[in-house]
Amino acid sequence: MSTSNIELPAWIEILLIPILNICMALFFAGLIIFAIGENPIDAVRIMLTGAFGYDEGVGYTLYYTTNFIFTGLAVAIAFHARLFNIGGEGQAYFAGLGIGLTFLLLDGMLPAILLIPIGILAAALFGALWALIPAWLQAYRGSHIVITTIMFNFIASSLMVYLLVNVLIKPGSMSPETREFSEQSWLPFMHDVLSNFGIEVTRTPLNMSFVLALVCCLVVWIYIWKTRWGYALRTAGQSEAAAVYAGIKPKRIIIITMCISGALAGLVAVNEIMGVHHRLILNFTAGYGFTGIAVALMGRNHPLGIIMASLLFGVLYQGGAELAFEMPKITREMVVAIQGLIILFSGALALMLRPAIVKIWLAIRPIPSTPDMGGQHG
Amino acid sequence: MINQPLANQPLSIELRKISKRFGRVQANKDIDLKVQRGTIHGIVGENGAGKSTLMSILYGFYQADKGEILINGKPVKIKSSRDAISSGIGMVHQHFMLVDTFTVLENVILGAEQSALLKASEVNAREALQHLSDEYQMSVPLDALVGELPVGQQQRTEILKALYRNAEILILDEPTGVLTPQEADQLFRVLQALKERGVTVILITHKLREIMDITDNVSVLRLGEIVSTHRTADTSTAELAELMVGRKLQTQQFNKIDNPTTDNGIEVRNLTVTDERGLTRLDNVSFEVKRGEIVGIAGVAGNGQSTLLEVLAGIQSPGSGSFTINDYQVDANSPITPKEMREIGVQHVPEDRLRLGLVKSFSAAESSVLGYQNRKRFNWRLFLNIRKIRAACKKLMQAFDVRPPDPKLKSSSFSGGNQQKLILARELDKSPAVLLVGQPTRGVDIGAIELIHQKIIDIRDDNCAVLLVSVELDEIMTLSDHIIVMFEGHIVGTMKGSDADKTTLGLMMANAMDDAA
Amino acid sequence: MDSLLNAQTVLSTLDATLRVSTPLILCAMAGLFSERSGIIDISLEGKMLSAAFASGALAAVTGSAWIALAGAIITSILLSLLHGFACITNRGDQVVSGLAINVLASGLTIVLGIAWFSQGGQTPALASEARFMPFELPLIESIAHIPFIGPFMQSVISGHNLLVYVALLAVPLTWWIVYKTRFGLQLRAVGENPLAVDTAGISVSQLRYKSVMIAGILCGIAGTYLAIAQNAAFAREMTAGQGYIALAAMIFGKWRPVPALLACLMFGFLDAVSIRLQGVALPGIGEVPVQLIQALPYVLTVVLLAGFIGKAVAPKAIGVPFVKER
Repeated sequence: MSTSNIELPAWIEILLIPILNICMALFFAGLIIFAIGENPIDAVRIMLTGAFGYDEGVGYTLYYTTNFIFTGLAVAIAFHARLFNIGGEGQAYFAGLGIGLTFLLLDGMLPAILLIPIGILAAALFGALWALIPAWLQAYRGSHIVITTIMFNFIASSLMVYLLVNVLIKPGSMSPETREFSEQSWLPFMHDVLSNFGIEVTRTPLNMSFVLALVCCLVVWIYIWKTRWGYALRTAGQSEAAAVYAGIKPKRIIIITMCISGALAGLVAVNEIMGVHHRLILNFTAGYGFTGIAVALMGRNHPLGIIMASLLFGVLYQGGAELAFEMPKITREMVVAIQGLIILFSGALALMLRPAIVKIWLAIRPIPSTPDMGGQHG
Repeated sequence: MINQPLANQPLSIELRKISKRFGRVQANKDIDLKVQRGTIHGIVGENGAGKSTLMSILYGFYQADKGEILINGKPVKIKSSRDAISSGIGMVHQHFMLVDTFTVLENVILGAEQSALLKASEVNAREALQHLSDEYQMSVPLDALVGELPVGQQQRTEILKALYRNAEILILDEPTGVLTPQEADQLFRVLQALKERGVTVILITHKLREIMDITDNVSVLRLGEIVSTHRTADTSTAELAELMVGRKLQTQQFNKIDNPTTDNGIEVRNLTVTDERGLTRLDNVSFEVKRGEIVGIAGVAGNGQSTLLEVLAGIQSPGSGSFTINDYQVDANSPITPKEMREIGVQHVPEDRLRLGLVKSFSAAESSVLGYQNRKRFNWRLFLNIRKIRAACKKLMQAFDVRPPDPKLKSSSFSGGNQQKLILARELDKSPAVLLVGQPTRGVDIGAIELIHQKIIDIRDDNCAVLLVSVELDEIMTLSDHIIVMFEGHIVGTMKGSDADKTTLGLMMANAMDDAA
Repeated sequence: MDSLLNAQTVLSTLDATLRVSTPLILCAMAGLFSERSGIIDISLEGKMLSAAFASGALAAVTGSAWIALAGAIITSILLSLLHGFACITNRGDQVVSGLAINVLASGLTIVLGIAWFSQGGQTPALASEARFMPFELPLIESIAHIPFIGPFMQSVISGHNLLVYVALLAVPLTWWIVYKTRFGLQLRAVGENPLAVDTAGISVSQLRYKSVMIAGILCGIAGTYLAIAQNAAFAREMTAGQGYIALAAMIFGKWRPVPALLACLMFGFLDAVSIRLQGVALPGIGEVPVQLIQALPYVLTVVLLAGFIGKAVAPKAIGVPFVKER
């Protein structure tokens, strides 16, 4: 008998099962740490101290969190339209090019008040552009968006290497990167902003894009659940037939949604290029695009969940660095492994526990609810 | 009830008290069926009478909740297709179970290979199939790709598949639904030949003429139960039609409009629609619906009514021909979208409410603006005005007695009747000039039916042109001022609502008027 | 002199093509088995990486290339079973599952590598006894004097390690299994119409599990090749996207063994050429950016998927979990 039609109370569906899934992922992560001869409990303690124990740790944690919020939102909004955007990595990378070109052209000419918004817009625009092509191919040529976005990640990577090595490289430099952009284009660091208010904290890469990320969460939440466009997006994602019935054009939704998704992924470049490096460098995306998938799956595609999941990954990244320092046997790549486990348990195996939980629930539920509406027959 | 003892031949299949329930729907109830070896046994019934469920149980797709299956007098357990095949059962499904990219030969040997290497199996099968097609005179090009064959030949492939597996019992589910009359005739010749060689054939259909033409015995299924089993020779289409449709409690009586206005709400002219498989769904259909009149389209499901509804709603584009709806002219060159339809005062209550009519995961409030999400009254600047939407939904719920009247509840948590009332409320609230309604009471409880019917009559009395599509004959007869019967994409009969009688309509629906006359 | 040099260059480029194509060919065949059965497999990369690590580690510890190969295959099969458990048994999303395996492999190989060998994620360098070493094909000397064919056989075909030949044999073997055996017939059917397979009395799950396990075996060999045949140790991230290139090649070959082989050879050739063309100006064209050549497999695959050069039609039921109840 299939249990997939049986409804469970909201707290089980959106709290208990996701939390159990994450627990399973963390349990296996613990097993791995145990297997290589370290104490998982100690590891957790070191990680938490590393991430929250002092202000520098907090700064780094939130700096990582910023990237994950952007890429997590990018994946989530696409998921709501039932699109799987694996291309966040490439979109973020290409967005860096947008910032790079804009600033190489304009950074001496404009004041910060203009330059910074233009930079952000350029990032969003280029990110959207890199998502637009796979979106168009999906909508009008039926090419599978998963495959095309994977391919576009690699294409972006080759393109950026070429441009940085041959075209945009700072003349006379050996390393493939552009010149440093003028200070007007820099996003203020958080420690600088806070010191204006008399709060002194240690220098960290955390910058104002963290605020931008939180704003994006709010905007995405409003867009998806509070506007007619989000309504159309969710309708198309839930049922193409219902969308057509309601006068919504599914192809248009694919294009618009992917552009928004790409733009959000592109904002990683704002954090990295405008906030931290102040020049276009190779591989600044460092896998954040892929982590976004784990973040979205774990946060159940809701901005609030994504903030929590991003924070967890921020802790894992920052605490993981600390851990690598304290326990030489464990390296930062442990975080990548945990990320894999989370994608596995919160994503691919998300429904593994459900049948068992349904059985338990049916056995212990307080009052027998009305029978469900019954399946189709015939 | 078995009307008369069947002759003393050995039984090929015997079903004892087979029951199957899906949630609240009792799909099969205490089915008793005896089929003699070497006969063609017909099973007729309306859509949803439980025919397909019964056959799925026999072929191992579902397990019966209770009851017993005996093959050749021995009880068997059929848990999978494999069990069914080894019990000698072969099935030709309504939707063929073929691999389009395979040749006929490959399709036939799939799952019945004799060795790990294909070559030997292919040689063997080729020979066996040659014999079979000679014996039954059904030639199929063995090396042609199935996807490129006409439907009739695909069906033969299915039959060959069953025979190659030494099926002694062959079940065919609505086999003629996709066939041309000539192809159907050929099929019947094959079935006759099979019968003569001792194969037992079960023919599931809703076409009474076929039953009369070729079966030896016939059972009628209604609402999940067998209501009669006859020798075909002892019955008539008229009797079967009546048994099939059955008599239900006389519910409401509404006044009929015999002489409506002359003002057309819908005017369809020579509409023909062909689907992507090249099958004609609508065949030169012409009719009109006056304002202040309900026109009911009767017919067994799958005879073009759904296509008609979707074309008129702007979801599918008209092939050839044209129609005018609320004075807007539409044809293939000037199509219209569902959005534009709503703007010109055409409202549509879709047949499939769970797929089209609402979004299961949405709240009732959200579903209550589906199609109207861009209207000013539901928006405030950039945002949906959720408070207004909820208030409007609440009003709709009260007006149509949707229970529980809570706009925040998930759409899927309402019962079918309440979902339907909500959809109807949403569409009627827009004061349609033309209303298209599909299966308004499918899966809806009695109480809700009355309310829904009343609301449809009310909107008619407000001078709305109503087109009603329903497979429930009772519903058509209760509501319609004018009845059109569709069969295989064309109109086979019309009748005034005031002098409609069930037997005539039943015969029209089965396209069997000539036989009865 | 000049022409001789060119002939030499051509031959050695072809030789390199074969070497870099080998893991692509094995993985493309792996992907073919999985996807023909209806299971999307983007986890070729992760399986190959894990297998490479397993073989590098085992070869270093045991000194036996064969034990390493066996261990690599088992590792890869276990990941296949995980993929199957998620996608077949639990009807999880096939792309998400594949991605999980890739990410997991990418992290775990380094974590375990550092924990066990403390060489920054590498496994210890291997002696040649613990590797699959190149060897000359028998009788190759005797045909060396035949013009064209002789040098071609000698410098391109001969002189590889065993796994290169395994890869080359895997293609006809795949072709034979897919098109000439009962299993192949059922495999092709289940990717197109699982319901037809089910009604024919065959278990869809079993069939799909078998298919993903075969994919596991082939990825295991591919990983072994990378770590202990082509190279003398496992290095972190040593697959470097080749699993995805193989996937692209399989799609480019339209899910057929021989066209997929040709696509692999083409992509391998591009790779071999790109190394050779670095900094070389071609007459009439000028210097071709290496990155352009590297990106070409992906660009070509996108163009193919867009339907601009023939239509790549995936198995019809791919990516859809099989649900029996209707």
